[in-house]
Amino acid sequence: MTKDVVFKQEFPVKGSDFSRAGEVSCEIKNLLKELGLNAQVVRRAAIATYEAEMNIIMYAWQGTLILSVTPGRVRIVVEDSGPGIEDVALAMTEGYSTATEEMRELGFGAGMGLANIKKNADDFEITSEVGRGTRLDLTILTNGQRP
Amino acid sequence: MLTLKGLMTLVSGELLTPETDLETECSKVFASDLMSDVLTFMEPGSILMTGLVNAHVVRTARLVDVTAIIVVQGKRPDIKVINEAREHNVPIIATGCSMFEACSRISHSFTEGRR
Repeated sequence: MTKDVVFKQEFPVKGSDFSRAGEVSCEIKNLLKELGLNAQVVRRAAIATYEAEMNIIMYAWQGTLILSVTPGRVRIVVEDSGPGIEDVALAMTEGYSTATEEMRELGFGAGMGLANIKKNADDFEITSEVGRGTRLDLTILTNGQRP
Repeated sequence: MLTLKGLMTLVSGELLTPETDLETECSKVFASDLMSDVLTFMEPGSILMTGLVNAHVVRTARLVDVTAIIVVQGKRPDIKVINEAREHNVPIIATGCSMFEACSRISHSFTEGRR
């Protein structure tokens, strides 16, 4: 699969850097548009990436988004160093949130993030270790068809 | 179908991004202060009506293909936020109407796709 990669780039994201929140996701969206991907695929990848970026900024110390594109799929791996998630199943529940008041005032932290990432992905995996961090691995098929 | 010009008239709005094409058409409005909901539920091409004026509104709008932002309640984004919107062609209209009043005025002119 490695030889099929047409594009790969890593994007660092700093925890608590609210002023730049969304910039990485906007850059990724523009890159995917420039690659000529289907508009719906670009939109789903942009939404999933933005939710993941916001999660790093809101909850982790630092993280990295790794975008790779092959002819058939967009893959986004998100790894952070942070407190991790104690109960992943609970965190995946729509509406469950540990966001602070400050995060909510910015319009985030409604407890939709992880569920929305999963909703926009064709394949989604999450692993987390308390005290170390969280890893997301998601894939979106470039033909825009849901399996 | 309404144009941005028509929307501005309905809400007695002021255009904060002068290069906007006011003949741009729109048929859907999504009203929310919760960007999480915008990311989850808003249809592409919608007008985003909100009381938030921070840069995240503009970035959210860019990511989910918002046609324009209407800022309610007499609020105004600061110049940095307006400049970011201008740079990325995200129209912003400011109105003194409350969210309810603005939605009410617009909803009478939409026959479909309103929220």
